[in-house]
Amino acid sequence: MSKNSFKVLRPGINTTFQDLGRDNLYHVGLPFSGAIDKRNFLISNSLITNKEDDAVLEFAYQGPLLEFSGSQTSIVITGNVNFKIIKKDNSEIKGECYRTYNLNNKDCLDIISTEKSVYGYLSVKGGFQINKFCNSYSTTVRAEVGPNDGKKIEIGQTIILNASESSIEKSLEYLNSKIEFIRVIKGTNFDYFSEDSIKDFTSKDFIVSKLTDRMGMRLSGPKIKNLKKTNIKSEGLGKGVIQVPADGDPIVMLSDHGTIGGYPKIAVVISADYDKLAQCPPGDKIKFKIVNLTEAENLYKIYTMETKNIINKIK
Amino acid sequence: MIKNIYNLGDAALYCDFGNSVNKETNLKVINYFNDIRKKNITGIKNIAPSYNKLIIYFDLELTNYKKVKDTIENLDISTLQAAKTKIVKIPVCFDDEFALDLERVEKKVGLGKKEIVNQLISQKYFCYMTGFIAGMPFLGDIKEKIRLDRLETPRVKVPKGSVGITEQFCNLYTFESPGGWNIIGNSPKKVFTKDPTKLTLIDPGDEVEFFEISKKEYSKFNEQK
Repeated sequence: MSKNSFKVLRPGINTTFQDLGRDNLYHVGLPFSGAIDKRNFLISNSLITNKEDDAVLEFAYQGPLLEFSGSQTSIVITGNVNFKIIKKDNSEIKGECYRTYNLNNKDCLDIISTEKSVYGYLSVKGGFQINKFCNSYSTTVRAEVGPNDGKKIEIGQTIILNASESSIEKSLEYLNSKIEFIRVIKGTNFDYFSEDSIKDFTSKDFIVSKLTDRMGMRLSGPKIKNLKKTNIKSEGLGKGVIQVPADGDPIVMLSDHGTIGGYPKIAVVISADYDKLAQCPPGDKIKFKIVNLTEAENLYKIYTMETKNIINKIK
Repeated sequence: MIKNIYNLGDAALYCDFGNSVNKETNLKVINYFNDIRKKNITGIKNIAPSYNKLIIYFDLELTNYKKVKDTIENLDISTLQAAKTKIVKIPVCFDDEFALDLERVEKKVGLGKKEIVNQLISQKYFCYMTGFIAGMPFLGDIKEKIRLDRLETPRVKVPKGSVGITEQFCNLYTFESPGGWNIIGNSPKKVFTKDPTKLTLIDPGDEVEFFEISKKEYSKFNEQK
């Protein structure tokens, strides 16, 4: 019997292997990468009873169309995703996120689109037959590192799956919630900006622009005026750092960000709100609210506790 | 002892070693970077050294700002060791095909191509940091005669291998990337190796020397492909 595999009939816009990310390589210019929406990543692997840090396929906007070959496998999709399973006899099953499905030989999985969100996750029981690069299954496309030669999934390629005998039947009732504010901590150059601009930053709407990908999210809205200097000595950046270049439009660093940058940092998105921000598609409105470090730390504790509680509800 | 430590968000610590960009300050950063890495401090996930800053990322599930700060603050690296350095020789072709901003540089610094190239290849450079894109080295200091500002409008795509100058620095685009440096040549050398045991040819603290190759030599050298 040949190995279980997927044939990629349509790759989707930005489909990559991801896990919890790659540590300890900032100093050579490699960002963490990893699944952008950590909560949905963890739920996905839990539902399919994989290990917590097993690789998943992350897709954005339009997902892949995959034809399964092999005896049988179980899959799950998390996020806010419109998908269907096209059986060998051409009958269709409308897919529901957060419940597992079994695929049989020549069934197709059509991940049509993410709804009012950006990223979705596909976990397969047993995982994919891929190799780690520097202790991680995450793909960093810009540096061409990670599984699949560091590339996005391409049309026509075959994805080999690890053998899995058991068929999984699990489900979870879960709705991705939106939050009213994206909470931030003041950045190291907060005092570079005019009082009016700070007021705008914390009270007006910002709109996610089309110039948004795994590297960063550009926002448009009231221009943020810099009173001191628009360039600083280039220095390290991190996930969630909000830089403001000379044009006054903030850029939020996302998981594949450049590791060094020279624009002033007005704020940093708190760890508890990063998933929710990164899931906002172009056109979404965002409002920022400043919190202090202690509040941010407590909010992260709540966030991790919530994630655990959600995972504990899996049936 | 590091005096100026702040939080950068809730999961990173920002150490400031002073305002100026010079070798001495940078060596301090590199020393602390090496030292902190060796100590394997609980929860530290990543460390980003730059000219005069060190940013340390930690796992908020294992530790927090105060704990990491208390540990880092009292580290004392009294004897500044010059990092274990090596000299890296990088071939560069300055053919017009690659020297995308040569005209602009000639005009701004008032020198001809030959003189600009000679100024660039006549000395060794210190690697202050690597990053932005994987393996990109920030090298300095270039001769005052060939210093100029970055492009007013950055390029959307700088070709892989491009060698650029701006202010007191020069660098090498290890991957195609957006960028605003003045491009005067291209190197066929693969600087980001993807070999997990030795990811980059050039590390912070290393010395780098450029040497000129012809277009014919460049095309024979196909590592970059």
